[in-house]
Amino acid sequence: MTDMFQFFTNEVLLDPNVMHERLVADAASQGLLDVAYHVVDSPVGPLLLAATEQGLVKVAFDRQDHDAVLAELAAAISPRILRAPSRFEEVTRQLEEYFTGERHTFEVPLDLRLARGFRRAVLDHLAEIAYGNTESYAQVAAAAGSPKAVRAVGTACALNPLPVVVPCHRVVRSDGSYGQYAGGEEAKRVLLTMEAA
Amino acid sequence: MIVKPFEQVVAEHGPMVLRVCRAVLGSADAEDAWSETFLAALKAYPELPADANVQAWLVTIAHRKAVDVTRAQARRPVPVGDVPDRPGRTDAWNGELWDALARLPDKQRLAVAYHYLAGLPYREIAEITGGTAEAARRAAADGVKALRACYPLEGAHS
Repeated sequence: MTDMFQFFTNEVLLDPNVMHERLVADAASQGLLDVAYHVVDSPVGPLLLAATEQGLVKVAFDRQDHDAVLAELAAAISPRILRAPSRFEEVTRQLEEYFTGERHTFEVPLDLRLARGFRRAVLDHLAEIAYGNTESYAQVAAAAGSPKAVRAVGTACALNPLPVVVPCHRVVRSDGSYGQYAGGEEAKRVLLTMEAA
Repeated sequence: MIVKPFEQVVAEHGPMVLRVCRAVLGSADAEDAWSETFLAALKAYPELPADANVQAWLVTIAHRKAVDVTRAQARRPVPVGDVPDRPGRTDAWNGELWDALARLPDKQRLAVAYHYLAGLPYREIAEITGGTAEAARRAAADGVKALRACYPLEGAHS
């Protein structure tokens, strides 16, 4: 009897990808897709991209544990989360251009809701540090309006919800060493070396 | 509050819901019912209690969708049969057992689908379909007896 039901279980039914895409499209058209995500390969490892209707809301490195990141997004934004690669064609293209050195700034809508207050002010300044340049944590603190908040800048960079796209890797220690990075020091080195080329 | 991303629910329970939709409605309507089930589930998902039985919840929604589809079919002037299988899956397709399932009386088919394909206990099936757990158990037993007449399939040994 077990075998008989094994037959139903093993039976291949319809195309799961087509059905999933349809679910994503229907969910989006009914305003039920609160967070869409996709994972892309990059020279700094697989990157998780997540977006709300407002824009890109999260970029996460592999070492940050994508499952854990999705669970955090479910708690912080909404559990209505679906994998939806088709929603990331533009940002994927821009990331490819960035990693081949052709693109210096990203032009995609961002949703910065995961960073508030001073952390948000730091992110706003990071966007102004030009490609190939670096600033020290102290310089960023001064630019964000709180010269003494050097450690808070470090925290803001470490918790940057949109690394790579919002270039926290361009903030380094005043002695020139790289310092901490959500993607690991090696990833920071890869990005800064690429931008310096 | 639920914090598991909905994608995980789809990944874990999607195949089960599809088997149930297929068993209850046949292949022509299974895809629509699957899609509508998960869309309705996605809508209600944030309010689902953290300790809820997700499997039973999804089968309940699928059951309601199936009832809707069956009612809509009853209103159609000309009944529509199964659409032809899509290309590419005919190799793996042996419809005999599915056909036998489709020919079962409603109560037996639902009890078999919800118990054997969805893995729900009879008590939960009774909550979904109405009636008693004992009636659901009997219906499933009768259904399985009828299916056994078609199994083992040709080429399979008992």
